Amino acid sequence: MPETFDAIVVGAGPAGNSAALTLAREGLNVLQLERGEYPGSKNVQGAILYANALEQLIPDFRDEAPLERHIVEQRVWMLTEKSHVGTHYRSDDFNEERPNRYTIIRAQFDKWFSSQVKDAGALVICETTVTGLIRDSRGKVVGVTTDREGGEIFADVVVLADGVNALVSQKAGLRGELKPDQVALAVKETHYLPRDVIDQRFNIKGDEGVVIEAAGTITAGMLGTAFLYTNGESISVGVGCIVSDFAGSDISPYDLLERFKEHPSVRPLLADAELKEYAAHLIPEGGYKAVPQVAGDGWLVAGDAGQFVNSLHREGSNMAMTTGHLAALTIAELKREGRPMTAANLSTYRKRLEDSYVLKDLKKYRDLPTVLHKNKQFVTAYPELLSQAADTWFRVDGVDKRTKERSILRNFRRGRGLIGLVGDAYKMARAFR
Amino acid sequence: MTQKIEQKLYQNRYNVDEGRPHIRLKDPENVSDGLKKLLTMCPAGCWNLGDDGKLNSSLDGCFECGTCRIVAAAFGDEIEWEYPRGGFGVLYKFG
Repeated sequence: MPETFDAIVVGAGPAGNSAALTLAREGLNVLQLERGEYPGSKNVQGAILYANALEQLIPDFRDEAPLERHIVEQRVWMLTEKSHVGTHYRSDDFNEERPNRYTIIRAQFDKWFSSQVKDAGALVICETTVTGLIRDSRGKVVGVTTDREGGEIFADVVVLADGVNALVSQKAGLRGELKPDQVALAVKETHYLPRDVIDQRFNIKGDEGVVIEAAGTITAGMLGTAFLYTNGESISVGVGCIVSDFAGSDISPYDLLERFKEHPSVRPLLADAELKEYAAHLIPEGGYKAVPQVAGDGWLVAGDAGQFVNSLHREGSNMAMTTGHLAALTIAELKREGRPMTAANLSTYRKRLEDSYVLKDLKKYRDLPTVLHKNKQFVTAYPELLSQAADTWFRVDGVDKRTKERSILRNFRRGRGLIGLVGDAYKMARAFR
Repeated sequence: MTQKIEQKLYQNRYNVDEGRPHIRLKDPENVSDGLKKLLTMCPAGCWNLGDDGKLNSSLDGCFECGTCRIVAAAFGDEIEWEYPRGGFGVLYKFG
């Protein structure tokens, strides 16, 4: 060293891998740096893989990628202490030739993804933490510093795909610190269960899988959700809540997860399962308004580092892949045309994001994080009201149905008040607009 | 409950960078009460109160998640936070 590359990609998660793969295929001399022992060793996700974003990059990924189960059934549960009110959507149409969603295990999946990046010609170096950005006299980013001896490496452009904490851009003053109300802390456990036990318990066969997303009083008044996903021979179970809510609560993240696991609707699904790993990670959930500057002189940001997560729809890794891909296409186009990697030239990246589902979706829900944060009744009062309503409705006890209807309506009016109910409906309608 | 978190962490793999903590209180003698939220918030239970009532950290089980840094930044920037050196720290088998 010093050695100069066309591009340096920081991080080997879905965003970094998509960027490095695309850049290498476009013929650029690419260096990708990962701080973990192997790609995936630092990464945590539920995890559901949405096929579409990956298909754009690797159309035949199903032939080789380590996939757990394709999802045929989605359960959405509203939990109280003893009950859940839910919707299930299951369809044999999901048993298609090219399934739309899969459960995956990130440590394995990221390793495979990285092998594709290497095959495409990128130089991937692990066990190397990027510690800062190098700038020239005009302030343009021209490389990175690492924790390796003599660890300065130069490039025309740097793609920052270093994950939710985004320390590199923060230290460089390109953005501020994450705010406690814009980020969720999620904890997750992986539990071993034999394949046939999972098949029986979830009423599935072959590679079919079930996912459960749950909200309600289980998060102890905090804004958050819990999940349970079926893998081939394991169950992923976790819960996440907004960091500022944890700060205002006395319950620890792992106790919260224990509560979810002990819930009467969940406990039988995990019976006799054996804990294999306990993990924690942050999720950027600030949405559209929290997205930082996405490109500047000699740099672009992709994936969680850019806060590209649609928390309502549980989409993040697909947005990471798409943003990494679009960042790389932006760079490759400039390279082809022999134009410099200046802030002005790289600004087309923002335009590409706005034209894609990524910023369109985040923009659509731009008010949702604030509305949910200020209206905890959606995870406190409503689950109880729904549960009471269902109990009243289904219990056959000699009370006539008209009286039951009145009792349900009266409960809702008492619980939230008429103005409260109308106001809540209005707030939600606006937030979803 | 402490026992429980230790049992959970026991399943995990780590390559601890002995003697090089990557998270440090800037002024251990003067820690705000707010920061004591980390006693319950840290998902790996890395923070504890010593006999002298002071906040201590023991980072062997750290997930490098960043929660303590964000909380500290909101209270007044009391923590110095780096990633471990390349290759060190938590090693997820599943993630």
